Amino acid sequence: MSLLKLADVTIRYGRLTAVRSVSLSLAEGEILFITGPNGAGKSSLLRAIAGVTPPAGGRIDFADHDVTGRAPEDIARLGLSMVPEGRDVFGSLTIEENLLVGTGMHAGERGWRARAASALEEVYATFPILKDRRNAQAGLLSGGQQQMLVIGRALMTNPRLIAIDEPSLGLAPNITDQVYERLIALRRQRALTLLIVEQSSTRAMMVGGRMILMRGGQVMMDGDASAMGQSEAMQDAYFGYGEH
Amino acid sequence: MSAILQILFDALSLGSLYALGALGIALIFGVMRLVNFAHGDVIAFSIFALLWPSTDAVAVIFAGNLPWFLLVPFVLVMGAGLSVLAEITVFRRFRKASPATMMIASFALGFVIRYFLLMLFSSRPKSISLLPALSQPVEILGARIPLLQVITIAVTVAILFGLTSFLKRTRFGLEMRAAAENFTMARVLGVRANRVIMGAFALSGALAAAIGLILGSQTGTADIQMGANVMLMAFIATVIGGLGSLPGAVIAGFLLGAASVVMQVTLPIDARPFRDAFVYGAVILVLIFRPQGLLAARGTKERV
Ligand SMILES: Nc1ncnc2c1ncn2[C@@H]1O[C@H](COP(=O)(O)OP(=O)(O)O)[C@@H](O)[C@H]1O
Ligand SMILES: [Mg+2]
Repeated sequence: MSLLKLADVTIRYGRLTAVRSVSLSLAEGEILFITGPNGAGKSSLLRAIAGVTPPAGGRIDFADHDVTGRAPEDIARLGLSMVPEGRDVFGSLTIEENLLVGTGMHAGERGWRARAASALEEVYATFPILKDRRNAQAGLLSGGQQQMLVIGRALMTNPRLIAIDEPSLGLAPNITDQVYERLIALRRQRALTLLIVEQSSTRAMMVGGRMILMRGGQVMMDGDASAMGQSEAMQDAYFGYGEH
Repeated sequence: MSAILQILFDALSLGSLYALGALGIALIFGVMRLVNFAHGDVIAFSIFALLWPSTDAVAVIFAGNLPWFLLVPFVLVMGAGLSVLAEITVFRRFRKASPATMMIASFALGFVIRYFLLMLFSSRPKSISLLPALSQPVEILGARIPLLQVITIAVTVAILFGLTSFLKRTRFGLEMRAAAENFTMARVLGVRANRVIMGAFALSGALAAAIGLILGSQTGTADIQMGANVMLMAFIATVIGGLGSLPGAVIAGFLLGAASVVMQVTLPIDARPFRDAFVYGAVILVLIFRPQGLLAARGTKERV
């Protein structure tokens, strides 16, 4: 049973078609990398899934609901948490306030306060640096700490699927290693489904799992990350050799 | 000494009005990028809501004779109610429009409110006696200060504290702050756009009504134009404060009030009629050196 299913999704900005008839599905517990060069339409696709940019055509199903064109806050309630490119921490809020924003959608449910408190402790246990600086303004954190903060913030909503756009953006390789270590551990602990966008396929090959290669708004390849690896077909698809 | 005290109270009470107005404008700008030019008309509306429709010079009182502890909430609810109604019927439809379109919609709404009042009450200002006990002077260190000024300042300080702790300590306040900084990201985290925006409109409308109460008690008249001057000054204060920054709006409101009062007493007699030109000149100077305002707000751009 797939948790997320896209059928013929097309995204346009005015006359520019950024994503062209993309179909894919993602099973519960799976990890999927979407890779591809700059401008391939990866971020657009993620924003459409989260409800930020409604698609011009096609259909998106999440957790057995048709969420095409639904508001982001409704999709979040179904258990999808998107971490956008560039992270978007609330810089004027403290770290703890950033984390708490996403717990509000469960407000009023039975025992939500206790659950929010334990979710907070869990995030602090995963990312101790956030606990140490819980009352600091989030805008003052380093890039790596901000990335941990937004992953923690996404976890606070108690999601079934986390969709992350370029977690390695602007981070030193050893910091990226740490971020991925936590992500993989979290996935194991909570049976999380992960959708990760990266420009390069290197991480996907290191982590393993499924990988989709996008270019020019279309899916060029879909398969096992390590098998696709350095294959020539993959190189061609990424750089578009043989098409000019 | 007593003259200086008098100037101080004048400056603080005028600054209070501007600060409350600026806060009402900045709250909505923060979550919607809308400069609501109908704000001044909400001020007038909440006072006219106390009267029966009539074109006489002496107001025919409807709810205006209520004891103060009912009258004040009544007026606040009128302001908040009109403001929320405006959001549901007008601004919600323009949410995806450009800021310029929304601004023009707010001008149009202002005209509708003003002409609605004009139709029911005519353009003649009406004498009313709102909270008459407040016109007594009190003695403070030898200076005779109108009680209303003291109360205006005290109420403003109380509102500022109340609003700050609402924004800092409640869940709804947290959601409003997050939404003001990055609306889309807040929604991605499940914050309901409509609730936050309606909350901002309700608060803003109640602040407008508070200004209406103070102005109505101060001048003893209900005038369709009564909100116009405060609206203009408050708008300028939000620009100087850094559009969207609440502390900036408050500080700039008080600065403008102080500048007006100080110029009123220090300018040569012949120049006094042009006081506002001097105030605006000072505003231009500030903006030349700090075009982003005194405290630039974060996240005035769209992201995610
Ligand atoms: N908000 C936007 N408005 C107009 N064009 C956009 C917008 N966002 C992205 N695009 C365009 O859509 C295409 C895909 O962009 P994007 O989804 O950001 O790709 P990627 O994340 O793979 O780099 C690009 O040509 C980009 O210029
Ligand atoms: Mg991108």
